[in-house]
Amino acid sequence: MSEQIGPVEIRIPEVSLVLLIGASGSGKSTFGREKFGPFEVVSSDFCRGLISGDENDQSVSGDAFDLLEYIVGKRLAAGRLTVVDATNVQPGSRASLIKLARAHDVLPVAIVLDMPEAVCRERNRNRPDRQNSDAVITRQRDALRRSRKSLGREGLRGVHVLSSPEEADAAVIVRERLRTDLRDQHGPFDAIGDVHGCLSELETMLTTLGYDIARDAEGRPVDAVHPEGRRVILLGDLVDRGPDSVGVLRLAMGMHAAGHALVVPGNHEQALISALGGKKVNLAHGLGDTLAQLAAEPTEFTEAVRAWLYSLVSHLVLDDGNLVVAHAGLKEAYHGRSSGRVRSFALYGDTTGEVDDYGLPIRLPWQRDYRGSAVVLYGHTPLSETRWVNNTLCLDTGCSFGNKLSALRYPERELVQVPAERQYAEPRRPLGDPEDVPVPAGQGVAAAVVPRATPATTPTAAPALPEPAVPVAAGDRAADELRLEDVLGRRSIETALHGRVAIRPENAAGALEVMSRFALSPNLLPTLPATMAPVETSREPGYLEYPTEAFAGYLAAGVTDLIAEEKHMGSRAHVLVCRDAAAAATLLGTPAGVTGAIFTRTGRTFFDAETTETLLDRIRSAAETAGLWERLDTDWLLLDGELLPWSLKAEDLLRGTYAATAAAARASLGAAGADLALALARGVEAAGEAERTTSRLGHIEDFSRAYRRYVWPVDGLDGVEFAPFQLLASRDAVHHERDHGWHLEIADALVAADPVTFRTTRRLRVDAADPASVSAATDWWLELTAAGGEGMVVKPYAGTTFEKNGLVQPGLKVRGREYLRLIYGPDYTDPGQLSRLRDRHLGLKRSLALREHALGIEALTRFVQREPLWRVHEAVFGILALESEPVDPRL
Amino acid sequence: MYLSITLTGEHAPGLNHLLHKHPDRVHRRERNGSTVTVFTPVFEPERVTVGLLVEVDPIDLVRGRGVARDSFTLGQYVNDRPYAANSLLAVALRQVFSTAIAGNSTARADIVAVPLPLRVEIPALPGGELIRELFEPLGWRVTEVIEPLDPEIPAWGDAPARRVVLEQETVLSRALSQLYVLLPVLDGAKHYWVDQSEAQTLLRHGGDWLAGHPLRELILRRALIHQGEYVAEANAGLDAGAAPAEPETSTPTPRVSLARERRDGILERLRELPVSTVVDMGCGQGALLSVLLRDARFTRVIGADVSPSVLAQAERALGLDRMPESQRARLELVQSSLTYRDDRLAGADAMVLMEVIEHLDPERLPRLEHAVFTHARPAHVLVSTPNAEYNVHYPGLSAGGFRHPDHRFEWTRREFAAWADRVAATHGYHVSYSGLGPEDAETGAPTQLATFIRGAA
Repeated sequence: MSEQIGPVEIRIPEVSLVLLIGASGSGKSTFGREKFGPFEVVSSDFCRGLISGDENDQSVSGDAFDLLEYIVGKRLAAGRLTVVDATNVQPGSRASLIKLARAHDVLPVAIVLDMPEAVCRERNRNRPDRQNSDAVITRQRDALRRSRKSLGREGLRGVHVLSSPEEADAAVIVRERLRTDLRDQHGPFDAIGDVHGCLSELETMLTTLGYDIARDAEGRPVDAVHPEGRRVILLGDLVDRGPDSVGVLRLAMGMHAAGHALVVPGNHEQALISALGGKKVNLAHGLGDTLAQLAAEPTEFTEAVRAWLYSLVSHLVLDDGNLVVAHAGLKEAYHGRSSGRVRSFALYGDTTGEVDDYGLPIRLPWQRDYRGSAVVLYGHTPLSETRWVNNTLCLDTGCSFGNKLSALRYPERELVQVPAERQYAEPRRPLGDPEDVPVPAGQGVAAAVVPRATPATTPTAAPALPEPAVPVAAGDRAADELRLEDVLGRRSIETALHGRVAIRPENAAGALEVMSRFALSPNLLPTLPATMAPVETSREPGYLEYPTEAFAGYLAAGVTDLIAEEKHMGSRAHVLVCRDAAAAATLLGTPAGVTGAIFTRTGRTFFDAETTETLLDRIRSAAETAGLWERLDTDWLLLDGELLPWSLKAEDLLRGTYAATAAAARASLGAAGADLALALARGVEAAGEAERTTSRLGHIEDFSRAYRRYVWPVDGLDGVEFAPFQLLASRDAVHHERDHGWHLEIADALVAADPVTFRTTRRLRVDAADPASVSAATDWWLELTAAGGEGMVVKPYAGTTFEKNGLVQPGLKVRGREYLRLIYGPDYTDPGQLSRLRDRHLGLKRSLALREHALGIEALTRFVQREPLWRVHEAVFGILALESEPVDPRL
Repeated sequence: MYLSITLTGEHAPGLNHLLHKHPDRVHRRERNGSTVTVFTPVFEPERVTVGLLVEVDPIDLVRGRGVARDSFTLGQYVNDRPYAANSLLAVALRQVFSTAIAGNSTARADIVAVPLPLRVEIPALPGGELIRELFEPLGWRVTEVIEPLDPEIPAWGDAPARRVVLEQETVLSRALSQLYVLLPVLDGAKHYWVDQSEAQTLLRHGGDWLAGHPLRELILRRALIHQGEYVAEANAGLDAGAAPAEPETSTPTPRVSLARERRDGILERLRELPVSTVVDMGCGQGALLSVLLRDARFTRVIGADVSPSVLAQAERALGLDRMPESQRARLELVQSSLTYRDDRLAGADAMVLMEVIEHLDPERLPRLEHAVFTHARPAHVLVSTPNAEYNVHYPGLSAGGFRHPDHRFEWTRREFAAWADRVAATHGYHVSYSGLGPEDAETGAPTQLATFIRGAA
């Protein structure tokens, strides 16, 4: 009885749908529990239980299977191996599961537990909760036996049969990676677009990329090796049209065999396989020439070509899933999946089945809807120029049609191009214009670079041509790619600084209106100013905010090197300025005449278009004078600062609220005060009221003085000042980790260049651990605010700083005593009011400040990395959504 | 807030008796965080003044209110509420002078119902021109002093609240009732929740003078914060009680509102077209949706708006929760935006943009064009927008002014046609124009409508 059975290996694809098939009592649940992870097995009994409270309630079977399929569908969509524990003995019940697997492009696999009937009956009887009769088991086993042979025909890829409890015990599940899965290969890679028999250009390209070409005895290239171990990815369509398809094949096969190249097949290779396999094929599009060239080769070579092509996998997932390559591209749902339609998409693209006027299949612009985080590199559709679209790049630039061969260095994202030596074939339709696909901001024409070092060994190598930027058409098609689903609903945004930031649907809904109706067009908003938390409430008599708590707060977080910056009496503003219209067109996709934006915390513009450009002109020339373009090697700047006076933006508030309040108070308190004085003179005991009224009248004067400081006449831009205090980003860089000395030095350079437009930010460096320094900074604040200043902002000198619990507040505002009258009311300094106001809750505000800061930096990082607009906008929108959180606006 | 009442003449000292406040004492009363003080600054044989001072605690003022989400603005914390006369002052007046308002006085029963030379001074009273319009018909002589908004910033002009003196020989209780009712009307708001009982309160205090007031309708609407049913109730009460209101000399011709004409015009247009599915982009509170739903030929009606609160209002206004299932099934309300691509709006027979485009900055129009004519691409597009030429017929509008503060532009017929012709040509539509509302030979109709038909020659 105790016959030893060696381990039975059951090999299944890593991502697959496993059907456990067997009669009741065959041990499916036990098998599932023992061989798979706890959440990988979905059982029909469990679903019955969820619905009816009773795992055996057969009356709810229909609903239970609906539920089961729903769960399975969700798991498969997420690419998770799923095991279905149901009897599955009927072809009908299997069919719907197989269909489900196909719908998610996952392979269905069967494990059949074909236990002796006695075993099933025995087990069944020993289970107190089961009612199944022996007859049921017999029926189930019969059904299973009848369909055993047809399992393969039903579409199951791999049927594993276990015929005894011992075998089942001994079974070992081996999860096999799909052939498309090369996540563990990280490159660096050089992906090359459609070669189409252009061997010479391919050789030039390889040399330009720094590869050494190895040749066989006859001088034919058979391998290429990069001294730094880089590898080539050939994106398919190696053959046809060009002069030497066989030479290209020989080189590609050699590199592939030596491990120096990865290759995905193209539709032309697919046609070649068919032709070599003896199928009748259309010899157009150069296939005939290729076959003729092959005919001249030895049969072994042709056979090797056929075998090699046959072995190629339709697409590859590389670098931890961050890079996907396929000849015609691949939508996100198909990454790492395996099915006929995935293969067909990878080879031919997203076709409609129709043909265009040139007789070529119409391809749908799948890249327009692409929202994946993986970079997708592909070829297939010849374009006049390459262009990033939503993290995808087509590298087919029609070399065989006389244009050029393109390659992308990954992960550097540098484009390298080699011109075609001549035109080898006539395109059936003009080369596609990358403009055909609307392009979001933050992307644009992939910057072509001249290779850093042209290897000395190849004096003949044509240097890659630096391509001029293709001007973007007018209109704001740059925003085309945004979809409602990119911003609405429950969202969670991964930030580098602060982990995941969750956005609640109701906040997103609220932000949609602001963004759509009042804000600038999304392509002009690379980020939004984050809110800033106030300092902890002070206990200092007469004060609600006082510097002590700011320094103590940072000291407690272990940050001692601080800088205090004057808080300007203006409106927070971001200024995005490009060096010229061409830079703006490339960076933002703006029409002529728009070279940047000046916007508020909610993304509204401060000025009309004309005034904005006038002010941008001034800022631009100051940047020129200050030498910032060269110094930072950039053609755009994003500055954070304050635009003064406040009355520029807030005149309605100042007049309609503050001044109106003061006027009513003056009249009302004045009249009451006069009458109280008369009453006092009559001997009426109204001293308390009289005193209080006089004091309140005094507060109103203080209050009036406070708001008047924010008002000065402005005529057009005369009188408008911008006080920058931080350079948020420039080309290729977000500067949040630079220290504030660096930022202020740039601000100072701008002030020096144009002291009329720019206003300086006074500052003081503070050592929180040094009482003398802290006391000096406190005096400085008292001085600033006594002279009518709004207060100061205390920041970690080093910029973005972390402590053991995470991100440290990037700044804390300490507002002046008089300024706070505008916020808390004229009489807030009355001891009675002050003591109650001290009971304020800063937690939410502080947490919002951190989350918004993290989102802001995240948006900018995505922006400078030329990520798709939707990725940038997602984070920008998140900031606006967080601003809908109900938080005390006085903080 | 402050208010003083002065009585001159032989009965002057009787004022304190009528108000039940001793001239040499200060009466203090604290309630809900505000302190109400009554004192007598002037007590002379021929002239007596009684002052009413209300000091409100701004913190309590905010905390006391159920803080609605939308009101999270700074203006809520710093405002003229503690200083300018409003419902807080009115309520204080009613509370501290309740006996006088009721017209009761045992000590001076002789003058309680006698007209006396009264002078009421309110140092900060909002309402502007309405102040005279409300008080003069009641027999008050109104003297106003307009103060500068800020004496140091003359460019800012006048303060919204005025120093007002009212003088009249009248019965004190009547004067107090009028102040109690009219102060909040001038302010246009109430600090407390207005419910059904407010109409009764109004009838009690305005019983004998409100019925015949020429601005009675306005007073009722404002006092009852525009709650139609309460206003009707108060009207009925007033008409049943005192003398019936004077019949109006000329009955104005009943004019259908422009909004309604616009809606009906668009509905009519839709009925002329082969349309069964309609997207109302920018549906607002659902004015058009409600009439579309009443016509079964429109089998699918999508109301889209960018504002979640407006959609919630539409849901209530349309009565979604009590709508018959078959009708409900035809309607979909979705939040959408022309800045973002929304596949749900694609493929309808018609899309209506009723008074929508003028709420977009002109720079955003290409986006709208793309969203509507390229992406959604319905067979028919109806776009209505104000006709700027017609604005000369609105006397309230300054030249070049817009009809609504949120309008980013208003186009002449030519400007509209220039835009629409280009859009139609670019996207393969045929466009025709018509007017909505009373047509004027010179300026055309107040609203212009463009009807785009896809692929028509």
